Amino acid sequence: MEQTISVSVNGRQYERSVEPRLLLSDFLRHEIGLSGTHVGCEHGVCGACTVLMDSAAVRSCLLFAVQANGRDVTTVEGLDGGHEELHPIQHGFWEKHGLQCGFCTPGILMTLVPFLEENPDPTEDEIREVLSGNICRCTGYQKIVEAVQLSARLIKEKPA
Amino acid sequence: MKPAAFEYHAPRTVEETLALLWNYGEDGKLLAGGQSLVPTMNFRLTQPTALIDLNGIDELFFLREEDDELRCGAMTRQRAVERSDLVKRIVPLLHETMPHIAHTQIRNRGTIGGSLAHADPTAELPALAIALDASMYVRSFTDARWIAARDYYVGLFTTSMEPEEMLLEVAIPGLPAGSGWAFEEVARQKGNYAMCGAAAVVDLAEGGSIGHVSLVFLGVGEAPVEAERAATLLVGEKPTAAAIRAASDAAAKLDIDPVGDIHAGPAFRRHLAGVLAERVLTKACARAAGYEG
Repeated sequence: MEQTISVSVNGRQYERSVEPRLLLSDFLRHEIGLSGTHVGCEHGVCGACTVLMDSAAVRSCLLFAVQANGRDVTTVEGLDGGHEELHPIQHGFWEKHGLQCGFCTPGILMTLVPFLEENPDPTEDEIREVLSGNICRCTGYQKIVEAVQLSARLIKEKPA
Repeated sequence: MKPAAFEYHAPRTVEETLALLWNYGEDGKLLAGGQSLVPTMNFRLTQPTALIDLNGIDELFFLREEDDELRCGAMTRQRAVERSDLVKRIVPLLHETMPHIAHTQIRNRGTIGGSLAHADPTAELPALAIALDASMYVRSFTDARWIAARDYYVGLFTTSMEPEEMLLEVAIPGLPAGSGWAFEEVARQKGNYAMCGAAAVVDLAEGGSIGHVSLVFLGVGEAPVEAERAATLLVGEKPTAAAIRAASDAAAKLDIDPVGDIHAGPAFRRHLAGVLAERVLTKACARAAGYEG
């Protein structure tokens, strides 16, 4: 039986009637058309579908859309805050070539948002640890680590 | 790769939940963090008639100290435990083990009760519950009982809870001053299911010999395995490198009977168990003796 849910995504309120079995990842992509959230493995291993729910990085393929009822979700589309300029983390990835095919990138970016808020000066080990939950099959991670280091600097330099 | 249809319930209280479980029995499945359950639903390995979502039950989210024990509500997120100063202070072994559990995104949703009740033989928390002599508070619509962690794990993904019972809380005795503890595991990749892991808790008696030791493995049996022969060898001995080596060898040879899978054969798991036992016992004894923080 379908249920009506109301979810805030990137600051905008969406009301939809959904089946309880609909995954949050599919809700974002198919119900409200935000296809920036990628679906890789659909069993919580690859991290491509990572979004923020109430500011915490979570796997959207392991949540049902009904569980997001009344919650705040942020996807990669919300990173620019509506200002149409790159978030410092996106800028870091662009500058340092932190991606090749880009499939894993949205999940990595969303993992990094809370991480860099809590760890403004991460060590390389800490960066590799937090990235362990996101699988990239192109880069070998070296460029991603450099991108995160640059992103941390850019966030600090960014005028408040 | 999409779950089968189910009836969805989102109760707000334990009472409501227990009534639902009473009605559905084995056809009802409790949804805690969903980090193990939802993948199996996505693969349609699990197709519950009803999914009972515990995420709206505020009374199951808590961490507090009571009678020198850590009391942890079943829905307390793993990430909250990882970050808790209370946990770090009274059960430092739990604090130290948390980062080994999967990844931050998983721990943000994953819960203590969910992991304990799921009873995955390669999971960290069930092994820790036994090493720390934890107790589980379990209720059904009609009854309530405490189950010692040792009696809670009975087999592969199987606990001694009945289908209409639910885990509400775990009580973990605080580690007394003068006890030592350590956890280590080996996984192919950071955050993956470990091929083998070991937790040790050691108390030294007066005079510096070993008074009590608990050594528990994960990944080498259908449930966590307590290394009883190794413990027997150590009690009363001084914690020398030779004694620890002998006990670790005994643990790997006599206390476990691992089966192989695609990740590691039985011989390799046995080897890992011996190496990890020696490491955690050495570290736990050093900590108990006050050599290491």
